[in-house]
Amino acid sequence: MPERLSILIAEDSAADRMLLSTIVSRQGHRVLTASNGLEALALFEQERPQLVLMDALMPVMDGFEAARRIKQLAGEALVPIIFLTSLSEGEALVRCLEAGGDDFLAKPYNRIILEAKIKAMDRLRRLQDTVLQQRDLIAKHNEHLLNEQRVAKAVFDKVAHSGCLNAPNIRYLQSPYAVFNGDLLLAAYKPSGGMHVLLGDFTGHGLPAAIGAMPLAEVFYGMTAKGYGLTDILRELNAKLRHILPRGVFCCAALLNVSFQRQEVEVWNGGLPDGYLLRRDGPRTALVSRHLPLGVLEPAAFNDSCEVYPLALGDRIFLLSDGVLEACNAQQELFGEARLLQVLDANPAAAQLLYQIQQALHDFSGQQQDDVSLVEVSLVEERQLNRPPLAFADSGQSHLLDWSASFEFRGETLRHFNPLPFLLQLLLEVQGLRPQGGALYTVLAELYSNALEHGVLGLDSQLKQDAEGFAEYYRQRSARLLQLREGYVRFHLQLLPEGGGGRLVITVEDSGKGFDAQALILREMRLDGLSGRGLALIRQLSERCRGSADGQGISVEFSWSPDA
Amino acid sequence: MTITSLPSSDGHELTIVIAGRFDFGAHQEFRNAYERVSSTPKSYVIDLKDTTYLDSSALGMLLLLRDHAGGDSAQIRLLNCKPDVRKILAISNFEQLFQIA
Repeated sequence: MPERLSILIAEDSAADRMLLSTIVSRQGHRVLTASNGLEALALFEQERPQLVLMDALMPVMDGFEAARRIKQLAGEALVPIIFLTSLSEGEALVRCLEAGGDDFLAKPYNRIILEAKIKAMDRLRRLQDTVLQQRDLIAKHNEHLLNEQRVAKAVFDKVAHSGCLNAPNIRYLQSPYAVFNGDLLLAAYKPSGGMHVLLGDFTGHGLPAAIGAMPLAEVFYGMTAKGYGLTDILRELNAKLRHILPRGVFCCAALLNVSFQRQEVEVWNGGLPDGYLLRRDGPRTALVSRHLPLGVLEPAAFNDSCEVYPLALGDRIFLLSDGVLEACNAQQELFGEARLLQVLDANPAAAQLLYQIQQALHDFSGQQQDDVSLVEVSLVEERQLNRPPLAFADSGQSHLLDWSASFEFRGETLRHFNPLPFLLQLLLEVQGLRPQGGALYTVLAELYSNALEHGVLGLDSQLKQDAEGFAEYYRQRSARLLQLREGYVRFHLQLLPEGGGGRLVITVEDSGKGFDAQALILREMRLDGLSGRGLALIRQLSERCRGSADGQGISVEFSWSPDA
Repeated sequence: MTITSLPSSDGHELTIVIAGRFDFGAHQEFRNAYERVSSTPKSYVIDLKDTTYLDSSALGMLLLLRDHAGGDSAQIRLLNCKPDVRKILAISNFEQLFQIA
């Protein structure tokens, strides 16, 4: 059953008007009549009929002019106008269409043809209506979506940018809505000094790609702040993403652990294009993806092994997302690795590198890229970083001042478990120690790696004399750790009240062959280059540092006064 | 992009041929290629000889197929990879999950 329409008939001949009215109302439509163009226009404004039958030649205002004005009033809505005409020469018919007419009907009127034309025009009219409604709906949805994205981005920025991307040694380039392309860049200071950096690229686009970014950022920042190492964080990130993401969605990522004191970088790359270690003088080293992306493998199958490279001041690490290599030009060619390497070959200065890559991309593709993420991290002196003091979630009102505790971590545990976050959390319950939290973290971390690497695993830090030895050292470290069955590292923690403040004595012992710690400390202080800076650092950061009497361990002390 | 699936005569192996770009646009068609088959194949062959491009969504789709085909016990070979395609598979280290030739 077709819809009942209001149809305006503009016709100066009373007989024709009558005839047309009869035909149209028999069809079930409501009829409005006018005897000239001006009347027709007035009726149209008043009644808004859905279709017009318009005589071309009428007194006062002719059909052409009336049609033009009605079309103007109708705006975007389609009000079909069928011209009624006895004109037969082509030119006159063209005028009807040019004035905005949609069709014409020749006199004398044929009932069947008129009915058919009204039906056909009604179909068109409804089609236009549907198109307009859908257009408006899409516009509304789109605005809604953009608004949601703005809100989501604001929340996301709070989480993602809570880190230290603004540190003076980091340069990065990312489009503002990169997160909705699945790109994610995070950086955070470690409590022990140094920083963690993560560049991630989720599969897909839009909200599904952005959705994993939140938990990823939370885990990254939370665990970094608690003093966890890269491998622990990697395992947790992988397990979390594997658990929450639908199969087929994953995150290509590279993580860096940059240590300014030890002048090393630890790298894990799963699925991102080659990153590069750019040495101030010397060849660049590709940081190759050796792993499946995060969120693909079951936790048990996940591989957290990292590569470690020595760094010198001014060395830079450069990471990129695949949006760079896959940027396309008008000929559907990809930017590709060769063009990227050309830019790197020119060896632009630190401040120039990202800009020049961006420029090369722009020259190549002729447009702004919106899914490109680039980051460059330089090795600088730690004191240049102005890192903020450690932040604590609680108010630290507890008065844990007079206690001692001992821990022994044995072979199996040492293979898999990093005891540092646990010990550090415990010690930082002591309010007076918090201002020295950073130094405490660093010293504990150095004591532990010294005990584990040299004591338990029997590694020789002399190996780290050059870059090759450096790599060998870390190869041996992983191999020996994997086979570790026995051995131990002991921590004795002693807290004593002292003159209103307090004192902490930490003694670390291990199952190694033992050494003359005192002599070692003196010797290490003279060593430079790539070998162990560890003990020198410990000595520098703690108040007192000495070897225990039996040569099995090292004691360090920290103290604080009441006003601390 | 066109995707064709060809079961072997004994029904034990399903070959999926992907011509053109293998990206998000292929999502539904790729799923249909292995979900709408009458037999239950023991192994799968993805023939990429006419695949010009492969993006990370395609990697995701391959993981979905792997799950469908039994996860760690899935038998899936990716054949005739062009250098560009092979490079993308290599960056993601997918040779740890699929046989790539």
